Amino acid sequence: MIYFARWKVVLVCVVCVFGIAFSAPNFISEEKAEALPKWVPNQQVVLGLDLQGGSHLLAEVKVSDVIKARLEALRDSVRSTVRKAGIRRYSRLGVSGNSVTIKITDPKQNEQALKALRELGTQQITIGDGQIATDGDPLFTVELNEQGVIVFTVTERTTNDWSIKAVNQTIEVVRLRVDETGVREPTIQRQGTDRILIQLPGVKDPERIKAIIGKVAKMTFHLLHPRVSAEEAMRGRIPPGAKLLPDAEEKDPSGNPRMYLIQKKVMVSGENLVDSQPSFDQRTNEPVVTFRFDSVGGRKFGNVTGKNVGRIFAIVLDNKVISAPVIREPILGGTGQISGNFTVESAQDLALLLRAGSLPAALTYLEERTVGPGLGADSIAAGKIASIIGMILVLIFMAVAYGLFGLFANIPLMFNMILIFGGLSFLPATLTLPGIAGIVLTIGMAVDANVLIFERIREEVRVGRTPISAIEAGYSRAITTIIDANLTTLIAALLLYQFGSGPIRGFAVTLSIGIATSMFTAIMLTRLLIVTWLRRKQPEILPV
Amino acid sequence: MAWHGFNFIPAGIKYSFIPFRKLFFLFSALLIVGSLGLYFVKGLNYGIDFKGGILIEVRTAGDKADIAAMRALFKDSGLGEVALQEFGRPTDVLIRVQRQEGGEKAQQVAVAKVKQILGDKVTYRRTESVGPKVSEELFWDGVYAVLAAILAILIYIWFRFEWQFGLGAVIALSHDVLSTIGLFALFQLEFNLSTVAAVLTIAGYSINDTVVVFDRVRENLRKYKKMPLSELFNNSINETLSRTVMTSVTTLLALLALYILGGEIIKDFSLAMIWGVIIGTYSSICLAVPILLYLSIDRGADVSDNKEEVAGEAT
Repeated sequence: MIYFARWKVVLVCVVCVFGIAFSAPNFISEEKAEALPKWVPNQQVVLGLDLQGGSHLLAEVKVSDVIKARLEALRDSVRSTVRKAGIRRYSRLGVSGNSVTIKITDPKQNEQALKALRELGTQQITIGDGQIATDGDPLFTVELNEQGVIVFTVTERTTNDWSIKAVNQTIEVVRLRVDETGVREPTIQRQGTDRILIQLPGVKDPERIKAIIGKVAKMTFHLLHPRVSAEEAMRGRIPPGAKLLPDAEEKDPSGNPRMYLIQKKVMVSGENLVDSQPSFDQRTNEPVVTFRFDSVGGRKFGNVTGKNVGRIFAIVLDNKVISAPVIREPILGGTGQISGNFTVESAQDLALLLRAGSLPAALTYLEERTVGPGLGADSIAAGKIASIIGMILVLIFMAVAYGLFGLFANIPLMFNMILIFGGLSFLPATLTLPGIAGIVLTIGMAVDANVLIFERIREEVRVGRTPISAIEAGYSRAITTIIDANLTTLIAALLLYQFGSGPIRGFAVTLSIGIATSMFTAIMLTRLLIVTWLRRKQPEILPV
Repeated sequence: MAWHGFNFIPAGIKYSFIPFRKLFFLFSALLIVGSLGLYFVKGLNYGIDFKGGILIEVRTAGDKADIAAMRALFKDSGLGEVALQEFGRPTDVLIRVQRQEGGEKAQQVAVAKVKQILGDKVTYRRTESVGPKVSEELFWDGVYAVLAAILAILIYIWFRFEWQFGLGAVIALSHDVLSTIGLFALFQLEFNLSTVAAVLTIAGYSINDTVVVFDRVRENLRKYKKMPLSELFNNSINETLSRTVMTSVTTLLALLALYILGGEIIKDFSLAMIWGVIIGTYSSICLAVPILLYLSIDRGADVSDNKEEVAGEAT
């Protein structure tokens, strides 16, 4: 009698039961699946954004800006350190590459300057949460070069650390902003050194969300220059410590934006904000944005407004003036309102940005893939129909070609589908549109193992073997071929997963799961069915 | 009463494959030369994945989209080349905008501009925009993936068989991959990320087919030490022909369902796969095996193979 170990029977049954259990939640509605008790599998297959609709955004943080800003700050520290060391005469203070350079006029003072700057480095250049690196790789070097110039260089380790911090901070701010817009279950993660992958399921207005996420939203308050007007500054020389900035909205008759001459010195910055809300002006009923400072910011704001009653100040957002009101009285309560030319929506968006804080550097979108809910639903429907029809065609063909044995292949084929869904839910893996294509392809290829075995059995029958020995021989001879054939496809699928991105990975996933489950069902389950049938019927000829 | 199957390929058939090998070689050589020629002359119609640019799919209200009127909207847009085509059904239009000059930011500006031109009258079903950086990375990732797959398969076959088989398999495999690229160049089908997925799957499928025939060749080499190689090869092909055809048919049935019913987005992907299954089946039979004739196969007993045979019997 053909032997089928008891533990194998148990294994096949257990796998099938688990497969059914894990795939079952996919055949009921989401609400019902969530309502299932905790001890049964209730995980549904996660649909990719191309099926459920949503935005996939890949953005790049301009870390070079952050590094540049930090080097400029370091340059200012170098200047003050050198002065504090009692050195008055120096030249060529500047930033070049990842270094700050300074030439001390009197070479005798070089030693002194080097010492002071090394101390500055130890204090200021730290990594992680402010640790000083004690291990091998230095964070900075301070050297006197052949031209007698002191070069203070931050090493790659330090700039990398700055980049990482900037990207992490960006991720935090982006997450706050996305949460505020009410998107459900967003994914925001770092990719590579300076990129962020943002996945937003079910987004209705991708352009608005993109704009909200991508804005630096650095807000500062400045006084306008007291004596020189913007027109004068545009014609002639800009006074020291002042800067021309355009209005965000207003244009002059010739179409150029209206300009303001502001003082560079920051009165208060957006970092001191604790809250911001959209609102309406009590008198004009126009949309405005209200804000509230923390105690430090409130005090600063009160001081400056108290000393400058009657003057104009500018509220600057990302180097554009959004509002320039006159200070009528000292603003002491630490609260205020911005009345630019807002619509209800733009007031909401600005309040959101101010609440969530500013990005450390500009964000550029490298890639966008947005699918509307309509197309996603259509793709699911088309995928379903294609899978079902493909399945039926294969089932009919197998039944015609192999008769009863075709049935022994068809039942496992249907179980294979269940196992694929069970596997996808269990992992859990994401099902994408190419993933559905992978499933359909698996349906066609899964019967290959059975075809190989059945053809072999046919040959063995032809050379005159008895049913049982033909089946034994068919299985044992076909098995190495099956493994060879499936492993090669698996190699291709795994490489696809390695190099592929997004939806294509979904194809590699379903193809790989499909290969694994089809080998199991085609070899184990079919065999169990055939052996059971053999024992019951004890046929003299095989109906292959 | 048991229910019998129907043998689509009757038992004991003996078609001549090996004697016609020169014909197959000629056909395949022409196919490869033609494919390379088309690739260099016509080039591939790269999708935005590899070229960068913008792709927007919209559904218009009413029964039929007025593509001419929509095209006119983009006439003075300054967006460069804007191509519109019906997509799947008469209300749906696919708009492709060339990659914008001026780096990553310019792409997003252009997306906003297209949406501004089209307004709210249409439903946006899909918006894809790929900048120069990502498109270049995706392109090279695709190239590496295909090369790595071919190399990995070569190593695997080498490991499982002798080197002659590995070489034969990779020649057949490259033939399938190149001719698929030729097909895309000929019909100017969009060559994108899913095409690379298709090409890799074709590679996997083609090798799968080849391995099955090679397994039989190896088995027969051991069984019939004196049989002339050409006869032995021809027998091996015929003995596995039924399986080869059966598996190709079931795979093609599934793929046809996908091509016809699976929706517009994966149509080209399904087409590439259908082509790949057909050409992969052909190349395993008519290329991979006949090539072995010219690679001086060692017919002495191979120790490692015998070991395997014993292991196979034991299971």
